[in-house]
Amino acid sequence: MSALGSREPRRGGGSAGGMNATYLRFELLRTLRNRRFLFLSLGFPLVYYLLVASATRHQRNLGGTGLSGPLYYMVGLVAFGGMSAMLSGGARIAAERQVGWHRQVRITPLPPRAYLRAKIVTGYVLASLSIVLLYVAGAAMGVSLPAGRWLAMTWLILIGLIPFAAAGILIGHLLSVEAIGPALGVGVALLAFLGGTWFPLPAHGVLHVVGQLLPSYWLVQASHVALGGSPWGTRGWITVAVWSIVLARLARRAFARDTARV
Amino acid sequence: MTNVGGIRLTQLTKTYSSPEGPVHAVRGIDVAIAAGETVALLGPNGAGKSTTIDMLLGLQRPDAGTVAVFGRAPADAVAAGAVGAMLQTGELIRDLDVRELVAMVASLYPAPLDVEETLDLCGIREIAGRRTQKLSGGQTQRVRFAIALVSDPELLVLDEPTVAMDVEGRRGFWATMRAFAARGKTVLFATHYLEEADAYADRVVLMAHGRIVADGPPTEIKGLVGSRTIRATLPDAQLDALEALPGVTGAERRGEAVVLVCADSDAAIRALLAAYPQAVDIEIAGAGLEQAFLQLTGDAQEALT
Repeated sequence: MSALGSREPRRGGGSAGGMNATYLRFELLRTLRNRRFLFLSLGFPLVYYLLVASATRHQRNLGGTGLSGPLYYMVGLVAFGGMSAMLSGGARIAAERQVGWHRQVRITPLPPRAYLRAKIVTGYVLASLSIVLLYVAGAAMGVSLPAGRWLAMTWLILIGLIPFAAAGILIGHLLSVEAIGPALGVGVALLAFLGGTWFPLPAHGVLHVVGQLLPSYWLVQASHVALGGSPWGTRGWITVAVWSIVLARLARRAFARDTARV
Repeated sequence: MTNVGGIRLTQLTKTYSSPEGPVHAVRGIDVAIAAGETVALLGPNGAGKSTTIDMLLGLQRPDAGTVAVFGRAPADAVAAGAVGAMLQTGELIRDLDVRELVAMVASLYPAPLDVEETLDLCGIREIAGRRTQKLSGGQTQRVRFAIALVSDPELLVLDEPTVAMDVEGRRGFWATMRAFAARGKTVLFATHYLEEADAYADRVVLMAHGRIVADGPPTEIKGLVGSRTIRATLPDAQLDALEALPGVTGAERRGEAVVLVCADSDAAIRALLAAYPQAVDIEIAGAGLEQAFLQLTGDAQEALT
């Protein structure tokens, strides 16, 4: 180590916008460098999709949905990949908490809002990678929609992921690294099943009623854009909005309280 | 950046609940640190040093009392980029190399040091391209120091910074810290090594069981805690007379034996043997910090609560 010279400090941070952008860039870089994580989280839905879409390639009305097998499962697995991407942000937060990094960040001028925004943007970038991969695979499997309907569907999916972004932050601040793995495994599997990712839910009965209460159900329902009209309806919008607001509030509170040494 | 008022902790109090009942971590302490001072917070483990630092940094809310950092609340001083800290526990986030991590932290501050210069200062240039998850304990500590320093803070807080560093690493670390302090910066470091407090601080605040038990220049504190004890079997001696012996600062009886706390144990043992040739089973021991604290607080029972 050498002695500190006395000189004028060089300005490096600049505006608030600039400092947040640099932080976000490194946050993204870190996430994309975790190859094993990236490979699994993008690879699994893709491989599963190719298998199940090939098997249902000639079904024009899968389980009475009016949708083709490749289209239905494309959106089903986009929902799965998107949920996983968002919720796995929680695992990254838990890992940072375990090493005490969240305390180090809090004694910097980075505003909490910018910290959370970086986490959410990272989740959306991962989810978008998954969406793009599955759209390409879907097109290869014969999914064909007018451009407007692709856009409308994507729009609904991005909105439908908001509750999962909030849930990721919430569990990241509530659960330990040890607990979050199993919690994510069970949680995502259950949400995916009740949302109709693995197969279309029956149009009546308990599964249908429970499914409609969950945000994952409405994610999968985005595929109904293909049939024209509004796939969510008032009920879908309200369900997604309520989950978003409640989970965002809880996430904010968990974040605010979580300054203690772990 | 104005440094008016320095650091002021007023009647600061923090109690935790635990399964064994409440833990009084910090019991109403008052500390004032002038801008530009280098102060050591010295005390054994569990003295309340880290809790005090947490409250100083705004990471924990005091149950009572106030903190002012350059006349502001901790959160405001932190938001202004006036504070850099190396916390006691903490590893680094993974998947970035050392240079990237230091640059990431630098980007959060209004007027940081140059990243390359900081790497040199902290002796981590050779490992600048290494991923953070592949560093040794000592290297990690140096990177954590770089993270605290790169913000070029007015107040630098270091909580047990040299843990996991080897001798060479410690020497370099303290040299950098002193050079930083020499630029008029305020430094507060917590340690449980008397030698570190003595060598590197202008002033030592001695803490035990959540209280401040002494506050003064290092030489004074060293006299207080650098003491030794003489224990001897001496059934019929008067404590008053023993306390009056040269070099002795305190005496207490434990059954047949007496224990003398000495500022100068050489003078004390000579005087003791001259005055009480019948003394037997004599032991002279260096008082550890913990023992010295107990004597200073004068209440061994309280230590157990």
